[in-house]
Amino acid sequence: MKVTNLAVARGGVAVLDRVDFTLAAGQVLLLRGPNGIGKTTLLRSLAGLQPALEGEVEVAPDAITYGAHADGLKSTLTVSENLKFWAQVYGVADIAPALAAFNLEDLASRTSHNLSAGQKRRLGLARLLVTGRKIWALDEPTVSLDVASVALFADAVRAHCAGGGAALIATHIDLGIKADVLDLTGNKARPRDLAGFDEAFE
Amino acid sequence: MIAILIRDMRLAMRAGGGFGLGLAFFLIVVVLVPFGVGPQSALLSKIAPGILWVGALLACLLSLDRIFALDYEDGSLDLLATAPVPLEGVVAMKAVAHWLTTGLPLTIAAPFLGVLLNMPDAGYGWLVVTLAVGTPALSFIGTFGAALTVGLKRGGLLLSLLVLPLYVPTLIFGAEALRRGAQGFDNTTPLLMLAGITAGVIALLPFVAAATIRINLR
Repeated sequence: MKVTNLAVARGGVAVLDRVDFTLAAGQVLLLRGPNGIGKTTLLRSLAGLQPALEGEVEVAPDAITYGAHADGLKSTLTVSENLKFWAQVYGVADIAPALAAFNLEDLASRTSHNLSAGQKRRLGLARLLVTGRKIWALDEPTVSLDVASVALFADAVRAHCAGGGAALIATHIDLGIKADVLDLTGNKARPRDLAGFDEAFE
Repeated sequence: MIAILIRDMRLAMRAGGGFGLGLAFFLIVVVLVPFGVGPQSALLSKIAPGILWVGALLACLLSLDRIFALDYEDGSLDLLATAPVPLEGVVAMKAVAHWLTTGLPLTIAAPFLGVLLNMPDAGYGWLVVTLAVGTPALSFIGTFGAALTVGLKRGGLLLSLLVLPLYVPTLIFGAEALRRGAQGFDNTTPLLMLAGITAGVIALLPFVAAATIRINLR
């Protein structure tokens, strides 16, 4: 994936510009920067949820899977039902490896309503494994995870990259993975005139 | 896409899913009207088609805001929008799931409730036919309204205000087809208009609703 001179806006205000980076197979890129700098907005733009203001994103179609703050779990479905749903959407048959990778086998028949915050997060991350996509764009994936679970997550990212995948992770903690860092502090958007930028009618 | 339909059906059936909410509301309206009007069976049989259609329409309206609001809150809508299924398909499946959990039970229950309103004998068949033809339009129009208000806190009131005028043609032709049928007149014209509305909204609104969601997710 190659990103050139990207600028993104949130709520009609430009937050980041001049973002340049490349992400090769097997590479992990950590996004750093203070709260509000635009890490989430950047990830949402790359995932295709919102259009960029300017710049180019070169990426194979259907290569990115987006992991947001919210896990997208249905509280009345069980762990395996939640995961099976996403597996079917992405056309993947087997959810067992994903359950095993995040140590969810014992919880498989519990409804996700009864899970702890960390367990829910693990289930949300297990979803990444059933998407079968090459690039993971993750927004604060380690929130509410304990040390052991962060290690599980780091193992999953390593295995993903060893298999030719790549990951773009916005995080504030040290994951213990060999990774490159992209500091967005210097990319804070210069004030620009967005008059005429009407997001409903552009 | 079938997975989405199955998931939505399953969610609706589970605790707190809202299945039966519309049905219970329909039951309450239709049971209360005879008490309000009083024991005038001639009058009741005259207003029965209108009451049954209005009751079904309001019952449909009741569960509309759940179609996308819950998926938006827990983040599933973002994930569905980035999944390898067309958003138009997601929207259509959600509308179908809404019809299967609301419109279809209403259609099946309506003849039993028609008895309470002293519906003319000729009307029972037409009651099922008009509701079966008309309620899919209610679900698809409602899904479009839900897509417009996705992301708004307490969007339910706005949703009702937006959707009600769009429901009016369906109500007029649906109730008219049923009234004429119940009184033994020819009802081909209103029934064709009703079917036309349903076919039109099923063909068009998933695309409009999907475009609306894309804008609302930004």
